[in-house]
Amino acid sequence: MSDTHAESVAYVRDTFIPQQEPPVREKGVVKWMRENLFSSVPYTILSLLALWAIWSILSSFLPWLLNGVWNASSLSECRETLDGARGGCFAVLSERWNQLLFGFAYPSEFYWRPTLAFVLLFAAAAPVLVPMLPRKLLIFTLVYPFLAYWLIWGGTIVAPIMGLVGLIVGAVVFQTLSHRGFAIGVLGAVISAIAIWWIGGSLAGGPLSGVMALEQVESAKMGGFMLNMILGTVCVSLSLPFGILLALGRQSKLPIIRVFSVCFIEFIRGVPLITLLFVANVVLAYFLPPGTNFDLILRVIIMITMFASAYIAEVIRGGLAALPRGQYEAADSLGLDYAQAMRLIILPQALKISIPGIVNVAVGLFKDTTLVSIISMFDVIGMIRGPILSSTEWSGVYWELYGFAALMFFVICYGISQYSQWLERRLATDHR
Amino acid sequence: MSSAPDTSAGQAGGFRLSMLLNDTRYRGLTFQFIALAVIIFLMFWLGTNLVRNLAAAGLNISFRFLGETANYDIGQSLIEYSSQSTHMRAAMVGLLNTLLVAFLGCVLATIIGVTAGVLRLSKNWLVARLMSAYVEAFRNVPVLIWILVIGTVVSLGPSPKVYLGDDPERGLFLGLFAFTNRGLTAPAPVFGPGSLWVVLTLVASIIGVIAYLKHRKKTLFSTGTLLPTWPVPALLIVPTVLVFFILGQPIKLDMPDPLANRFNLQGGFEIGRPLIALWLALSVYTGAFIAENVRAGILAISKGQTEAAAALGLRPRRIMNLVVLPQALRVIIPPLISQYLNLTKNSSLAIAVGYTDITATLGGITLNQTGRAIECVLLLMLFYLLISLSISAVMNVYNASVALKER
Amino acid sequence: MKKTKILGFAAATLVSAGAAYAGTLEDVQARGTLNCGVNTGLAGFASPDANGEWQGFDVAYCRALAAAVLGDPSAVEFKSLTGKTRFTALASGEIDILARNTTWTFSRDVDLKFDFVGVNYYDGQGFIVPKDLGVTSAKELDGATICVQTGTTTELNLSDFFRKNNISYEPVNIETEAEAKQQYLSGSCDAFTTDASGLAASRATYEDPSAHVILPEIISKEPLGPVVRHGDNDWADIARWTLNALIAAEEYGVTSANVGEMSAAATDNPEVNRLLGTEGNLGEMYGLSADWAAKAISVGGNYGEIFSKNIGEDTPIGLARGLNAQWTEGGLLYSPPFR
Repeated sequence: MSDTHAESVAYVRDTFIPQQEPPVREKGVVKWMRENLFSSVPYTILSLLALWAIWSILSSFLPWLLNGVWNASSLSECRETLDGARGGCFAVLSERWNQLLFGFAYPSEFYWRPTLAFVLLFAAAAPVLVPMLPRKLLIFTLVYPFLAYWLIWGGTIVAPIMGLVGLIVGAVVFQTLSHRGFAIGVLGAVISAIAIWWIGGSLAGGPLSGVMALEQVESAKMGGFMLNMILGTVCVSLSLPFGILLALGRQSKLPIIRVFSVCFIEFIRGVPLITLLFVANVVLAYFLPPGTNFDLILRVIIMITMFASAYIAEVIRGGLAALPRGQYEAADSLGLDYAQAMRLIILPQALKISIPGIVNVAVGLFKDTTLVSIISMFDVIGMIRGPILSSTEWSGVYWELYGFAALMFFVICYGISQYSQWLERRLATDHR
Repeated sequence: MSSAPDTSAGQAGGFRLSMLLNDTRYRGLTFQFIALAVIIFLMFWLGTNLVRNLAAAGLNISFRFLGETANYDIGQSLIEYSSQSTHMRAAMVGLLNTLLVAFLGCVLATIIGVTAGVLRLSKNWLVARLMSAYVEAFRNVPVLIWILVIGTVVSLGPSPKVYLGDDPERGLFLGLFAFTNRGLTAPAPVFGPGSLWVVLTLVASIIGVIAYLKHRKKTLFSTGTLLPTWPVPALLIVPTVLVFFILGQPIKLDMPDPLANRFNLQGGFEIGRPLIALWLALSVYTGAFIAENVRAGILAISKGQTEAAAALGLRPRRIMNLVVLPQALRVIIPPLISQYLNLTKNSSLAIAVGYTDITATLGGITLNQTGRAIECVLLLMLFYLLISLSISAVMNVYNASVALKER
Repeated sequence: MKKTKILGFAAATLVSAGAAYAGTLEDVQARGTLNCGVNTGLAGFASPDANGEWQGFDVAYCRALAAAVLGDPSAVEFKSLTGKTRFTALASGEIDILARNTTWTFSRDVDLKFDFVGVNYYDGQGFIVPKDLGVTSAKELDGATICVQTGTTTELNLSDFFRKNNISYEPVNIETEAEAKQQYLSGSCDAFTTDASGLAASRATYEDPSAHVILPEIISKEPLGPVVRHGDNDWADIARWTLNALIAAEEYGVTSANVGEMSAAATDNPEVNRLLGTEGNLGEMYGLSADWAAKAISVGGNYGEIFSKNIGEDTPIGLARGLNAQWTEGGLLYSPPFR
């Protein structure tokens, strides 16, 4: 049919007409706006509302930010400089910068120590967070906690070294004994590690106390954002192993262990963190041997760790439950015992599934470290609500200080959650 | 570990000690025994320390202080309370205040969260970005900072002075409401004799409306005819209004009075600033988390569902309401429960804006005045535990009712 | 970090188990530092300055005590405590002495098993209101919204006052001074109530202090003083007489400027000689050196000097001596004799 038709036509255009420009309303910014902002009446209203919201926020925020005073020694001086104009008094940040970061008691000549520890934290965390890096870097991750402890708290380097040695000896003992059973291995490892620490403790406290000693800084002197970082990192890292144990305990077939784990997890998850901090602050002292006096920061670390492990346990339990039944059965059919099956088959997979959840708990926990300000510890919020706002110079500067604290938390938490999303995407491609 | 054989030895013939560790039949028992021993030892150790410490300080554990006069006042209370009430009563006021803000917060947070979560997926670029900014800003900053900041914002409202006096600077909003930096004042209904009938009529009309709507649905499904909706408002309003006027307007409004007091509006019904501040802060904060859950829930519904609904000719809003949200709900509800729990637990920061919840009464002023730290903190934890367990119980029942019935 | 923590914990438990509940004096001397509980931040009484040094009226007392006991005014660990945590901290032995504007009341002394060693500041609860509110007496505050800083006996006094005068009010309980001030200045409260000293300290930091008046009514008695655990009478004696020494020093004219000279050789005032240890040996009676009081006084001076340096009329706080003047000048400060 087409043949006959073709013959009947006298002329066939053999080139295309040059493409015409699309109409103005169908191209460029206008098209984009029509599609994305004003596609229908409700959308237009929404867009206008959003524009109005953005404008009203910016119009009050920007002058305040741009017109801010960065150089003054008190709020009244700020007010003089501004002379009635709108503007923030950011001088409080520059004047109290060190207090906001390190608290008021940390000796200023040693600020480099926590700063260095903070920088090294990235180096230590990198091999864990970025799987592309060479595995050998993990050695530094292992060393880091001891190094950071030495840097921040000071004292002789013997104590952290012996701590590390105890850990390594424990691992070696476990390796040598583990063929005789997991329990015996663990027992041997714990006993040998404690023995090393015992020796190490007496050495560090006695004859070797001067070896490579940095000046000691007590826990009570920690403060500012540094305290939030310390509490956040220490408690998250400590709560991981405890969380795994609790999750396994909750899944265990042994009734006593299961009941204990369930009670513990549900109890901790049922009460607000602040009540646990009250316990650390006002009650715990009564439950320890008379005269025991270990400091508040340690008590708080114990409580926050308990708190975080319960939440992490629930996340990991989700991961364990999500594993197909066949994985457990396959492990059993290979003749692996419980410890081997968990260590080699179940946990690596379950933990991988749980990573986003764990990161969420970690972010939440880091934010919750601000609650220690309520029990009179001087973290960044404690510094603001306590010494800075009650000083005669800076009383009345709210927005600048809270804005600063919010920004610090935002940068870190947003960074972590972006990382978690990146990791999720990476893990997701693995399954395709 | 050497103490383990004492109980489990002799349970089987030809028993060797090493079987306790190596034989799977006994190993579980051994571990449980060790765990039990450790737990009991720990409890015993803590208990002994407590007794020794208390004895050394000459203190005792006693809950008698709960029956003593509290001697302090509380700004907002749902039940009768005066400074002559007991500490127990004060704790109850605090408990109810906690429940109140938790309930209000959960409702508002759900509304905010669902709206923001849906809008975040909107095709409107500006709105979607704005919602992302909201979610990220609130999720990544500690709730304590938000409570303090919103507490400060709320206190920037107009002073009640502008509503006071013979010739106030500002009249009441709609002649009824006043928004000040002390809170929101609204007229309160006063129930006179005969008002019971008005209320009963209203209840009866509501039942009638529900029955009509059921009937309407039934006729639609069985015959295909859609009955009109106009009887609904008619049924709801007309009888009640009629009864109200026939009985001579038994329900009156107690209006906020600008003349009674030189400091505050008197009369009417007041929602205090601390409650508003905490309520807003908790809802907006938790709303950001709920928005994420809602978004994840909607994204979890496969695109085929949306496309199928579109192929049936449903409009986008109906697709969302009838197809996507009901399915997404199953994914959303479990995390929603934990967000409700978090909100309730975060309400314990109430004292930062001056709201007297249970942490502020029992765990704050009462603890402070009586010095009974152990008792107060234990009771406080017990109360929160009860609240949390009841919320999760109720929500789990609901969750079970909407869960997918797999056949 | 975990293992080192456990190491430290184990060591701490073992080491300190031996030192349990000996006398506080021996504990302090063995430790070499005095643990002193102070406020988390109350300008003039106890707050860390820009360099992180604790400053204030209560702090000065702790330093004097440390000088008396240990000979070193800097051998003090300041533990900041909230109203909630202070009593537990003291009862559990975390601190040796509590100098945190704590009101001496019957139940605290008897029921909570503490001993108040004296009064270092006679305070009373007052109200501050904006001047343009036109209120001249607290009794006119009927129906007002009042910000209460919780933590001392403030809430109780407030409730008593309004009940006694049969007028009503709306309380807003607030935990920190910073937030109470913010609420008050933003107009969320008509009045702000706390101890009069605190009001003065707070007003000093307002943008325009002259726009606010402290009402004349003082609605309560708030004798604030250092607190120690009940039962350790030797330690209580040291704390009590160190405070008395500071008060007596003002009465006898011993100042930080002349204490060195006066304690070097006996003067012709036997009271001063006994106080400073140049005659007799009072310090030895409770296990301190003879010049304990001289050391205490040389830190920040006598009571009057400490007062005027931290909260007196020349400071931003600007408190008059009032009840806290010596008995010879119409105040209530009256040290028992040193003999």
